[in-house]
Amino acid sequence: MAAIDQSKIRNFCIVAHIDHGKSTLADRIIEQTGLLTSREMQAQVLDNMELERERGITIKAQTVRIIYNAKDGNEYIFNLIDTPGHVDFNYEVSRSLAACDGAILVVDAAQGIEAQTLANVYLALDHDLDVFPVINKIDLPSADPERVRNEIEDVIGIEAQDAPLISAKNGIGIEEVLEAVVEKIPAPGGSPDNPLQALIFDSVYDSYKGVIVFCRIMEGRVSKGTSIRMMATNATAEVVEVGYFGAGQFIPCEELSAGMVGYLTASIKNVKDTAVGDTITDVSRPCAEPLPGYKKVNSMVFCGMYPADGAKYPDLRDALEKLQLNDASLHYEPETSIALGFGFRCGFLGLLHLEIIQERLEREYNLDLVTTAPGVIYRVHKTDGEMIELTNPSNLPDPAQIEFMEEPVVSAEIMVTTEFIGSIMQLCQERRGRYISTEYIEASRALLKYELPLNEIIYDFFDALKSRSRGYASFDYELKGYEESKLVKLDILINHDEVDALSFIVHADSAYERGRRMCEKLKDEIPRHLFEIPIQAAVGGKIIARETVKAMRKDVLAKCYGGDITRKKKLLEKQKEGKKRMRQVGNVEIPQSAFMSVLKLDDK
Amino acid sequence: MRELSIYIHIPFCVRKCLYCDFLSFPVSEERDAGKIESYVNLLKREIEEQAVRYRDHRVISVFWGGGTPSLLKTEAIAGIMETLYGSYHMAADAEITIEANPGTVTPDRMQGYITAGINRISIGLQSADDEELARIGRIHDYRMFLETYGLARAAGFRNINIDLMAALPGQSVASYRNTLERAAALEPEHISAYSLILEEGTHLYERQEDYRFPTEEEDRQMYLLTEAYLSSRGYHRYEISNYALDGYECRHNKVYWQRGDYVGFGLGAASMAGNVRWSNPADFGAYEAYIAGMRHGDVRTVCHEERQEYKEETGSFQEQQILTKKEQMEEFMFLGLRLMCGVSRTEFAAQFGWQIEDVYGDVLSRLYRQELLVRASDRIRLTARGIDVSNYVMAEFLLDP
Repeated sequence: MAAIDQSKIRNFCIVAHIDHGKSTLADRIIEQTGLLTSREMQAQVLDNMELERERGITIKAQTVRIIYNAKDGNEYIFNLIDTPGHVDFNYEVSRSLAACDGAILVVDAAQGIEAQTLANVYLALDHDLDVFPVINKIDLPSADPERVRNEIEDVIGIEAQDAPLISAKNGIGIEEVLEAVVEKIPAPGGSPDNPLQALIFDSVYDSYKGVIVFCRIMEGRVSKGTSIRMMATNATAEVVEVGYFGAGQFIPCEELSAGMVGYLTASIKNVKDTAVGDTITDVSRPCAEPLPGYKKVNSMVFCGMYPADGAKYPDLRDALEKLQLNDASLHYEPETSIALGFGFRCGFLGLLHLEIIQERLEREYNLDLVTTAPGVIYRVHKTDGEMIELTNPSNLPDPAQIEFMEEPVVSAEIMVTTEFIGSIMQLCQERRGRYISTEYIEASRALLKYELPLNEIIYDFFDALKSRSRGYASFDYELKGYEESKLVKLDILINHDEVDALSFIVHADSAYERGRRMCEKLKDEIPRHLFEIPIQAAVGGKIIARETVKAMRKDVLAKCYGGDITRKKKLLEKQKEGKKRMRQVGNVEIPQSAFMSVLKLDDK
Repeated sequence: MRELSIYIHIPFCVRKCLYCDFLSFPVSEERDAGKIESYVNLLKREIEEQAVRYRDHRVISVFWGGGTPSLLKTEAIAGIMETLYGSYHMAADAEITIEANPGTVTPDRMQGYITAGINRISIGLQSADDEELARIGRIHDYRMFLETYGLARAAGFRNINIDLMAALPGQSVASYRNTLERAAALEPEHISAYSLILEEGTHLYERQEDYRFPTEEEDRQMYLLTEAYLSSRGYHRYEISNYALDGYECRHNKVYWQRGDYVGFGLGAASMAGNVRWSNPADFGAYEAYIAGMRHGDVRTVCHEERQEYKEETGSFQEQQILTKKEQMEEFMFLGLRLMCGVSRTEFAAQFGWQIEDVYGDVLSRLYRQELLVRASDRIRLTARGIDVSNYVMAEFLLDP
């Protein structure tokens, strides 16, 4: 194979706010460069998972190599790295960006700049990427490209006068974008003769090849037989295969050298050995330093996951094991609950990540799950000086042993049109937000900055934000650190028995309100029994709210005649079937949905 | 000789009541005379053709239900009764009931029933409050009911049932009490009192927002009042919704709950004999084809599984279900427990070859402990509390597959 001219390589990504058309543009680029015919294209090639297509978001980074014959008569190799599009995956995004030399910024011609646009473009600029904007959806009636051009220049401060005006959906202006990639994105640096230094930006598990590592070669070269070492995890392996990315397939090649983006396999059994952000080097000729930016990824959100049918516990374990092969950020460990039996405490990057895993378990592994309320990691400082990282509320030590507690806090940026500033500020106040600043982007839009406790935003903050701004607010956040906070454990007692799976940690000031709403919700969820069932919320043994499920006093099917017997039996069967889907706590049957009801306290 | 009960279905009425989901169609006596007549002929043919299957049975009860059987001309009823007497072994003391609705019975018809051998009449009153009656779409008022009741007595009926309903839209506990009092004052031999159940597809179900139904507490009070009041008037409750003076329990209904053999004739009629349940086609055309294809006792039934494909082809097969032993035991329990006398342990052992405790030991001891069931020598029955939550109790007797 002919040597690849490093100056004809372009490594880039596309950054955008959700729904601004990032994946559609990626598809058009792939289509236009002739890698696939449009018939072969399923809508949005790069969003592989069924779930990704459904939700219209990218969960895992995808990468594709394409050949472009530019107007200057040269053939260019484009490596398009599609990055995840959600705040939960910010670290993955940052590593994908680090594998690029430039980025296309897609801005919606009607909506203009949104919170994620800013967050992502700043992230790209932080990585010294050359960013050029394109204005998408110019065929929309509400498109206002001139306004958006000015906005990009004023707010982000990058040149936008010659930004291509495109419609990715209708294939307008794609050629212009491809030419801009050649012109505006620099060729990769580095030298093939230096010691190997390659950045891992993703990996997937393949049952035949083992882990397939996605990497960008910064310096040096790697080929079959190279002994490599992952510098952070210290894992070593011998390379079996190197190659580049076709559309949806891996194409082996002789060698990867500085400037190239590709994959390698080395019979690695576990994605944990190939952490995103780690540096690969050559064992026999190591580089002096790893690449900057590596972080160990920690779970931010935890919840309990239990099989609805206790006998499916081994199935759930196998399913989690398999998912983890591909997702190093998924953590789980076995736990037991008095109410729910055997299950797992699972850790996630964020609520979206949690939902995705939950949906995949239910769809791909056909499991019926009971999920407990998600929580964050609290730091519990005990009187004896010990500090515990608490992921399961049930494990909170006795209050007498607690000196103080800390909770994670995030810095949040909310982009909102001015008419909704009031209601969004009120929402942030309700969620214990600390106001930082308001910056006006233009006369009608502002960027609100708040610091918010993470546990206040993991359930339904995004939904509340959308509903209070009629869908106009956008939101982005990053973890700021831990702060001391007055936290208590709210326990729920059903028929005087504490139900461990319903306990959660809450700020002392909102304990009463949350307890009250929780009791109301459970009252609706729990069916009547033969006896009266008190539902109580308690903090430290003190009852703060109470509701009662009245006893079932009459449940008679009055009429039953000869022709009715089959039907009557069906009714009884339905009644009995309903009971099967319940969890027995003491002598109370609790429907599985009740365990998730805490998630929906803001429904009203 | 095995005992047999016969049900005869008349799927016609003057107007559909707003709560009714029975297989019944509004007809005009004059305009639809031909349709009614041809139905009666089919019915007669079915009864005749089937007789051969029940040669070794003795008929202990006949029940004319509907719809409104009292819509039929006396001659039609007399004709079918003749067929019955001609082709079946009728017990001398057979209980023969006809359902009658006020506003459809003339003195001649009433006399005709007696002449035809009918000895029990069930009159649908539902409520003594005219507004309540109008609200549920009944075609009569309270005065018309009194008239019908008087005619029945005058014609010589010595066994009369009055049907009542609780939990009607707009009904109060006081008005329900008034209905009970008025019904009992007439001293019928039997009173059935049901709570209204909103069945899907009925007007009341679809338009329930438009009505004010009694609250749960009112509903419960009416329910408790029924037992308390009727027992004070000498009626004993022998089944969840049925009350009778001594010696007047309805034999026909008890057959359903004690799983005796019964055969239903007519459109959509249900039957059970031995371990088989079946029902006739519920569509007029299919029913007609089914009768036409019938040859002396040849009931071309097919098993449940095959039913779909055959039905499409000929439109003339009956629906049939062969009950497994498990299903029979379940029915034994949830039907038998409807009766206040409960189920017999020796009877269970005789029918199934197992002690009841071998099958239901855990369930029984739990329900005894919850004081929902009680055992007195051979019989197991619901307690007062058990009656109130009988659905809960009965569901416990369904066995896992």
